[in-house]
Amino acid sequence: MKLIVNGEPHAPAPDLATLVEQLGLAGTAVATALNGRFVPVAARAATPLAEGDRVEVLAPMQGG
Amino acid sequence: MNPLELYGRRFHSRLLLGTANFPSPERMTAAVHAAQAQILTVSLRRTAVGGEAFWDQVRGLGTQVLPNTAGCHGVREAVTTAQMARELFGTRWIKLEVIADDDTLCPDVVGLVEAARVLVAEGFEVFPYTTDDLGVAARLLDAGCRVLMPLAAPIGSARGLSHPCGLRALRAHFPDVPLIVDAGLGLPSHAAAVMELGYDAVLLNTAVAQAGDPEAMARAFAQAVSAGRTAYLADPIAPRDMAAPSTPVLGMAVLA
Repeated sequence: MKLIVNGEPHAPAPDLATLVEQLGLAGTAVATALNGRFVPVAARAATPLAEGDRVEVLAPMQGG
Repeated sequence: MNPLELYGRRFHSRLLLGTANFPSPERMTAAVHAAQAQILTVSLRRTAVGGEAFWDQVRGLGTQVLPNTAGCHGVREAVTTAQMARELFGTRWIKLEVIADDDTLCPDVVGLVEAARVLVAEGFEVFPYTTDDLGVAARLLDAGCRVLMPLAAPIGSARGLSHPCGLRALRAHFPDVPLIVDAGLGLPSHAAAVMELGYDAVLLNTAVAQAGDPEAMARAFAQAVSAGRTAYLADPIAPRDMAAPSTPVLGMAVLA
């Protein structure tokens, strides 16, 4: 089961909170979306991941 | 001078500054101070080294942040980005960009109105990046936007006021709506011209960030914004086609 995380293939994870932890980003300022839908921090643990899911993990960035 | 009021918050500075494309974080901080900016635009992107440090830096400046949806081309994409920004930056403010075309970066005004409606319903305070089109402006206000941000010229173009008549008409049509010119300014004189039209504020990024000396340019823009605002409040005279002597004609000697 492969995930697509920020456009790159990624090893499976049972849920979004675990994935963020695997990425070393637990507790950091990141926001997540699953298949184009926003998933709040509080809902990550209850958001299971399935094969082919597209996850976006976004961080603060400079902007105009 | 009366403060700028945006969604119930008051600011003495009428210069909003973007945070992108500065030569270094230190020079960005210097420019923010020189501009006396109280509102900074920010963005969110795929996790990269430096995101956390940047956010710490911005928080350290103690300004209001205005996250954007830069680069979004569709309603759903913009709405999702706004939702992520609200959680990440802890603000209901969103600078809503729905881009129609990558060459001009002009707004997709149909998508913009639709996205604004969705976001207002979700409790966002929307700053739509729009054109000077009066009909679109009316629809954005109808959707619940309480601020409008028309472009002066394409983003990053530094061309200044490409259609001053349109900006003037928008100001005249919506006298009580805060109007902020966003995008396309290159010189302090452009910012002064915008403020002389009665605009409430200007938003800059590239013109300051990419200047040889961003700090000095930020200071120059702040002075121009202040000068333009003062001039607007001072009620400028109307232009005329023919000369009007400023020195009295009455009492002129006959020497010829």
